[in-house]
Amino acid sequence: MSAISIIARLTFREAIRRRIMLAGLVLGIAFVILFSIGTHFIFGQIAADTVANMPSQMAADIMIAESTNTFMMMGLYAATFLSIAMAALLGADTLAGEINSGTIQTIATKPIRRADVVLGKWLGFAELLGLYVMLLCGGIVLSTFIQSGYIPQNLLIGLGLIYMESILIMTITLMLSAAFPALATGGIVFGLYGLAFIGGWVEQFGALLQNDTAIKVGITTSLIIPSESLWRRAAFEMQAPLTGTFGSPFTTTSVPSPLMMGYTFLYLIVVLFIAVRIFQRRDL
Amino acid sequence: MPDAIETQNLRKVFGDYAAVKGLTLQVQQGEVFGFLGPNGAGKTTSMKMLLGLIAPTSGEASLLGKPIGNREAMQRVGFLPEHFRFQEWLTADEFLLLHGQLLGMKKDDLQLRRDELLERVGLTPFRNKHLRTFSKGMLQRVGLAQALLNRPALVFLDEPTSGLDPVGRRLVRDVIREVRAQGTSVFLNSHLLSEIEVTCDRVAFIQHGEVVRVLELASLSNDQTSVTIRVSNLAAESLNGLSQWGREIQMDGELIHMIVPNDTVLPEVTRYLVSQNVEVYSITPNRMSLEDIFIETVGKDGGL
Repeated sequence: MSAISIIARLTFREAIRRRIMLAGLVLGIAFVILFSIGTHFIFGQIAADTVANMPSQMAADIMIAESTNTFMMMGLYAATFLSIAMAALLGADTLAGEINSGTIQTIATKPIRRADVVLGKWLGFAELLGLYVMLLCGGIVLSTFIQSGYIPQNLLIGLGLIYMESILIMTITLMLSAAFPALATGGIVFGLYGLAFIGGWVEQFGALLQNDTAIKVGITTSLIIPSESLWRRAAFEMQAPLTGTFGSPFTTTSVPSPLMMGYTFLYLIVVLFIAVRIFQRRDL
Repeated sequence: MPDAIETQNLRKVFGDYAAVKGLTLQVQQGEVFGFLGPNGAGKTTSMKMLLGLIAPTSGEASLLGKPIGNREAMQRVGFLPEHFRFQEWLTADEFLLLHGQLLGMKKDDLQLRRDELLERVGLTPFRNKHLRTFSKGMLQRVGLAQALLNRPALVFLDEPTSGLDPVGRRLVRDVIREVRAQGTSVFLNSHLLSEIEVTCDRVAFIQHGEVVRVLELASLSNDQTSVTIRVSNLAAESLNGLSQWGREIQMDGELIHMIVPNDTVLPEVTRYLVSQNVEVYSITPNRMSLEDIFIETVGKDGGL
């Protein structure tokens, strides 16, 4: 068994043993249940109102699909936020904490590369986040489908992008954790996330008002920290045709280009590479 | 056979503070080497450099003939860190399996070795307990087992007896003797001088990040003995006559203190005193302990 997979398994097992996964699972299930209860009543009300007010059954169906999509996107937006928080929580203490406590010393003096430690942890967290995103987002999509029979377009691409956003945040956290104490790492990650969030809004409103400067500010923010652009691309992929004309955080008016997605992927690789480099050079 | 450890002018500077100024030493294969020095002398930093945890600012070092950090060499090295904390959510069994896997050990050999070592350190009844429930002494024992999993050619022990009761200390001492008998070199960092005295072949005294003295401990027992003689009726010229057997002769009431090259001169000293009509009540050789040498080497202030 390679050193990377030993560390990955250790990381995975640690999250389970230390009840992080249990907490995530319980809260995740609670989240999906709450969403289901809420939408159960809302969907029922909307269906009744729409059919009563619309001139034809076809128009009513379109309106129902649109509003169902909006509520599903709301749920997915919240799920994305929770996945990002989970990504930051998992990554913040990992290298920093083990360097601080000295746990890393018996690991790093084994005949393995330091890169194996970082990549193994990354892989372990990526697996955990995969399960978490699947539980949260999968739960919302499934709940919506069971209640209304609605399936959004480009579902797998959309969920893939949401998953990638959590991976991106986890990778940035891991990189910072190789250099800074856990608390500082957590603080910086949420600061960066806030930056990306505001940048995203500026760009959205810029697009609505057709203000080029605002759009450029948003794009620049996305270049610095491209996490929010992944959500916006995911939202664009899955949103219903009409919804895109309204601005809200759950929908997208200014769509990040495929080029931006390529940039984000490259960004992720570079951050992971830097994380390895920092850890390789660090005195333990 | 290459030396177990060889360093040339190893140096580590943190900012403008040189924690290790220039460490030059050799540890031979199969010897138990003690690393002594006051707090803050750079012992742990030196050890971490040898283990590849800290990058030296300058200088060179090799373990088992390979440059430091070499993975082939690390496959044959064991390490028990000071104040270690391990993955406390693992059981003792899982913990040893994890570290054996990281060492690249084969499954069958690893299981055999794990069982053997758990038995040796007396933890077999606790093998399925989580490390978080372990006492400090039990953790030290499982850490020791971890350091010996790969039957290392060289093992680093950083304060291995800290937190251990007398039984545990005896265990560590016995284990050091056993691995030495199998040809393993031991690099022992300890501030417990009595511990070093009974286990080590050689010791290096380190102060301000430099080796100030290397001592063979086998020679300690028969040279440089200080003697205390209780007498009465001693004339001044009789006292002076003692200088043919020893030095630093001092009179303190009824007591004569002197340092003799070895204890074989003591009968002659006794005969001489009796022939001078001196009443001799007792004659007590005080073997110069490692502690005396330590204080003599680093000074009473510990080199602060």
